[in-house]
Amino acid sequence: MKLVHPLMKYVRPGAISTATCTGCGDGIIAQAVLRAIDELELNIDDFVFVSGIGCAGWIPSPFFNADTLHTTHGRPIAFATGVKLARPDREVVVISGDGDLAAIGGNHLIHAARRNIGMTVICANNGIYGMTGGQVAPTTPLGLKTTTTPYGNVERAFDLCALTDAAGASYVARWTTYHARGLTRSVKKALTKRGFSFIEVISQCPLQYGRRTGVGNAVAMMKGYKENSLSVKKAASLSEEELKNKIIVGELVDKDMPELTEQIEKLRRIHE
Amino acid sequence: MSKEILTGVYFMQGDIACAEGALAAGCKFFGGYPITPASEIAERMAERLPEVSGVYIQMEDELASIAAVVGSSWTGAKSMTATSGPGISLMQENIGYAVATETPCVLINVQRGGPSTGIPSIHLQGDIIQARRGSHGEYEMIALAPSSSQEMFDFTIDAFNLAEKYRTPVFILSDAFVGHMREEVIIPEPERIYRVPRKLPDSGTCGGKFRGFLDEDVAPMPIFGHGFKTHVTGSCHNDFGQRNVIDAEALDYYIKRLNSKISKHAHEIISVSQDVDGKEVALISYGSCYRAAREALNILEDEGIRQVGSFRLLTVWPFPRNQIQELARKVKSIIVLENNLGQITPYVEAAAGGQAEVIFLPPRVLGTLHDPATIVDKVKEVIR
Amino acid sequence: MIEIDEDLCKGCEICVAFCAKDVLEMSDKFNKKGVHPPLVVREEDCNLCGNCMLYCPDLAIVVAEEEESE
Repeated sequence: MKLVHPLMKYVRPGAISTATCTGCGDGIIAQAVLRAIDELELNIDDFVFVSGIGCAGWIPSPFFNADTLHTTHGRPIAFATGVKLARPDREVVVISGDGDLAAIGGNHLIHAARRNIGMTVICANNGIYGMTGGQVAPTTPLGLKTTTTPYGNVERAFDLCALTDAAGASYVARWTTYHARGLTRSVKKALTKRGFSFIEVISQCPLQYGRRTGVGNAVAMMKGYKENSLSVKKAASLSEEELKNKIIVGELVDKDMPELTEQIEKLRRIHE
Repeated sequence: MSKEILTGVYFMQGDIACAEGALAAGCKFFGGYPITPASEIAERMAERLPEVSGVYIQMEDELASIAAVVGSSWTGAKSMTATSGPGISLMQENIGYAVATETPCVLINVQRGGPSTGIPSIHLQGDIIQARRGSHGEYEMIALAPSSSQEMFDFTIDAFNLAEKYRTPVFILSDAFVGHMREEVIIPEPERIYRVPRKLPDSGTCGGKFRGFLDEDVAPMPIFGHGFKTHVTGSCHNDFGQRNVIDAEALDYYIKRLNSKISKHAHEIISVSQDVDGKEVALISYGSCYRAAREALNILEDEGIRQVGSFRLLTVWPFPRNQIQELARKVKSIIVLENNLGQITPYVEAAAGGQAEVIFLPPRVLGTLHDPATIVDKVKEVIR
Repeated sequence: MIEIDEDLCKGCEICVAFCAKDVLEMSDKFNKKGVHPPLVVREEDCNLCGNCMLYCPDLAIVVAEEEESE
């Protein structure tokens, strides 16, 4: 008997297995998103996937067989804001990388969180500019040698979850590609959440990060995530020193606040 | 009375007339960022859009504004933004995206003094070439230049209709003078306002098998939310929206199809008003300069000098090359009036091709209207 | 049962590394992409945890319970 992958029905014909390098975490994230949609029994035609420039922009585009808007570098959240405001009944999901969402597009990220607009933003964070050849990113660890930090990175890395929390997101979670089950659970939660949801996925770039920095291949990187991560609960009892270089995984924020499109709908009702 | 179309006679600022024109055209989405001298458009839209079940959003910057406008347009909404030169500079990358993805939208540029921050409240026609070529790559643009409050209303409706008809962004090149001026504006009855609806694929059209892009005669737009499974990308793509970032042949096709969609229909888009038959001299103008040209012609006529006519560009882009070529065969001299250092003048010279003398005449002080007397003097000098 | 679509595989070896029961090994043969796909060598040890399927970045692995024949 020939088995068919249960998620293959969501893949755009002809788009399979094209974009990413061997062992790239983007494929694991793509699968987690599709699995969440499948398990929730949602119709993928009710979604609009928006992505930017960089490897992770190819997670939904052209891979997902749905309405997809592959935008300019850094702007997917701004495009997605227009989509969501004009069609609040659509599920709007932004999937893009750390360079796209946190460097060039950082302003849109915090403002979307502040507005608490009902969309899900999934950030594939590989800590590097993969597509352009391994340059330093605002998420690169301090001291790391990259192609543009040959003497080691002298800048601190962004904590994207703390950033979106401070900006006002309704739901914030962090996982790694090793935690694919937790990630799937969080995507399901985010999709059912009314406000702005942000999920950071620490993800391996085996070529531009793993190989160049000596961390190793995809397997070594994922094993590193397994060894260096702690649950939110466990982390709560540890000191700052003990948490150094650790990845805290799990749900970090989960609260209910007024959502933007609902507020705008109220403005319209004044005139009815 | 229709909430979208406030039929009546008003004493109205140009910027406000522009907002009312947008609403009359069916605009349902405004994404913008405050900037002098365009903020009044945003303020009016913020007040009026909720009345007509539309959405106003003040974004965090101009890059986000145009992005949100494009995003909303892909859901089927008629969308616009309004800004001035510095804002347009920031929007350029995504204006190119709108062109490449064939996204109808209207961009209002209430031009001010530049470069850089310049002088916000003084008008300059400094962004004419920027509108045409400001974004990277090879593309065509449609731009209209109103000269009065009434035209801010009328041309904005035209801009929305052109945007829908050709599935492309359309510029209104206004300026601080026209935007901030108050004049009589007549808003007609709803049945007298022509609106071009969005052309959509037949329902049930299957995604991926539908040619929704790169049709010279404008493909129906496979907007989101209808199960079309549309793939929209600013990368080089084919008729189906499928990306191709490998083949030069694909790039050649992509660029040429996008461009010919406008250039093939340029004769339908270009609009000029001219009164040059039997004249010796033509005054070429657009936007606010037309007002000075008109006044100069009145003075000349009063003085009995009748060998001068007006040639006005209602649409600056696509450039009316053929019309000016024809003009150059009729008249001896062409005086180009621009409130800048001569942005369309080289285009006029190229079109005239030596058939007529082309003289560029800016106002004595940039950022002011031409003193009609200066134009009159120049005309007398030319016909002497 | 485990089924591998060999030609989708890019040879990252994640499935082999994260199988708790050492069910998979990399094969010697080449697929269409010119890489070695994994091979199911100890299917009887498989506890259907689904790790290989979950982690496969290329949707090349399917794990499912054996359907009972009627």
